[in-house]
Amino acid sequence: MKKLFFLASCTLLVTSLISCGNPAKKEANSQSLTGQISIDGSSTVYPITEAVAEEFRVNQPNVNVTIGVSGTGGGFQKFSRGETAISDASRPIKDKEIAACAENNITYIELEVAYDGLAVLVNPENTWVDSFTSEELKKIWEPAAQGKIMKWNQIRSEWPNEEIHLYGPGVASGTFDYFTEAINGKSGSSRGDYTASEDDNVLVQGIAGDKYSLGFFGLAYYAENKEKLTLVGVHNGESVVKPTLETVSNGTYKPLSRPLFIYINSAAIKKPEVVSFVEFYLENAAKLSEEVGYIALPAELYAKQKEKFKAFVELNK
Amino acid sequence: MNSIQKNRLKDQLFKFWGIACTLAGLVLLVIFIGGILVDGLSRIDWAFITDLPSRKAEKSGIWTPLMGSVWVLILTALISFPISVAAGVYLEEYAKKNRLSALLEINISNLAGVPSIIYGLLGLEVFVRIMHLGASVLAGALTLSLLILPIIIVATREAIKAVPNSIREASYALGASKWQTIWNQVLPASSGGILTGVILALSRAIGETAPLIVVGALAYVPFAPKGPLDQFSVLPIQIFNWISRPQQGFIDNAAAAIIILLFITFIMNGIAVYFRNKWQKKLQ
Repeated sequence: MKKLFFLASCTLLVTSLISCGNPAKKEANSQSLTGQISIDGSSTVYPITEAVAEEFRVNQPNVNVTIGVSGTGGGFQKFSRGETAISDASRPIKDKEIAACAENNITYIELEVAYDGLAVLVNPENTWVDSFTSEELKKIWEPAAQGKIMKWNQIRSEWPNEEIHLYGPGVASGTFDYFTEAINGKSGSSRGDYTASEDDNVLVQGIAGDKYSLGFFGLAYYAENKEKLTLVGVHNGESVVKPTLETVSNGTYKPLSRPLFIYINSAAIKKPEVVSFVEFYLENAAKLSEEVGYIALPAELYAKQKEKFKAFVELNK
Repeated sequence: MNSIQKNRLKDQLFKFWGIACTLAGLVLLVIFIGGILVDGLSRIDWAFITDLPSRKAEKSGIWTPLMGSVWVLILTALISFPISVAAGVYLEEYAKKNRLSALLEINISNLAGVPSIIYGLLGLEVFVRIMHLGASVLAGALTLSLLILPIIIVATREAIKAVPNSIREASYALGASKWQTIWNQVLPASSGGILTGVILALSRAIGETAPLIVVGALAYVPFAPKGPLDQFSVLPIQIFNWISRPQQGFIDNAAAAIIILLFITFIMNGIAVYFRNKWQKKLQ
């Protein structure tokens, strides 16, 4: 019994010593944050957020950032229940999702972090196509084209009398949503008789092996397969533009470039590690998004996002 | 050609058809594994196993998903083993042959055929949200346990059925109670078959992706789980994530991770085969 008492008092002494020492230590190292930031959402935005989390970890090794890939919709579902602090999104939040957030009293801010260009591609042996207009793309991809527009010469009469083979992302992908909205005017409305795959690498293989093919997917996949594919320019109303770092960033590659977003829950920014992470995100998004194959916003837009976030933090203190 | 010759010819033809069918599966497997070995083998080194995920393919490693898989596997085994073996023993040794037990049996066989993503949805609602376990290793392991329960129950019943009745009768004759008979005679005699079933079910669980994505397993986790309530990732999710990236480096990483996953599955299957052989010898 005596021994037990001695042990207990020893433990007490040690713990009180440790807890005494703690505040001093904290003050000396006020930059070091701890905590947990949970992020979920779009698999398109994932590589950027992953890169930011990786770099953030170098500065703040005690903050655990976790990222899921439930897709933009799946991410918003968790975000609207307050299960995540930040949601990655490859499209703006939808009305239904806004309502779900309101129902759970969740307020948030939307920040743009990078651009993604959608590339329109043909086989390198295709010698006749040099550009498309938006109308021509619509004529090929709209729902009414199903079973009707089947040959190249139906688009322009001087093009060959050969079957056209279409490749594109599957309906669950944000890229599909964006393309159909930009070209056909309504998100998700498209012909169904094309070769669809959620894995863009499959589309690359398909177009590369088929002389009469035509397809679209994220620009990053073209950048990795330049020798196998031919990039086609799109007429933006004034001139034919091919997607490049420059044309996507300055907005002349229209209408097939889109912004990528992160959404931040206002309750989460009461935690200093989340504020610090988002600031770090905006600070480094330009460099890191290009490193993983996306396109940086112009510098003044990043400055604008930073201001917007600063005001949001002040408001929710 | 008389009818005997005809029948012999048919016999020969069927034999070659059988060989061709067997080889078709084997050739496909060899091509598949060969392709993956070519892509991924050069990528495997110690750093690949112990590094964290990274945006740079050559710096990425599989430490956290590997540890996540190990955690999920161990917890799944701990949860599913006692429940499903007990259920199998009950159904085989205790349950009377009536409507209720017939209904139970049909439902267990039906459960074995439910698509795995449905288990994920169930796990998300029950374990993650109602029981407030969050997207934790424990929630994932509970979901996978549900998924493999029917498989182990069926394997347990088969193994118990194979125990000769003479062993039970000898035990009763010596005055043992029912429980003593089951615990001291039936279970040891069927343990090889039960373990085989458990290991095969676990090697299915280790390759599951869909239910874990639904439950909330993550793609980027910079730490290995320290407890059952920590967040986690698993190897199949990491592979899925890498294979859809544009850069060739990540696709090689995916191949390398597939080799590791295959290696784990092969070892587990090897252990299962070892137990089965040992068990068969014992009974003879």
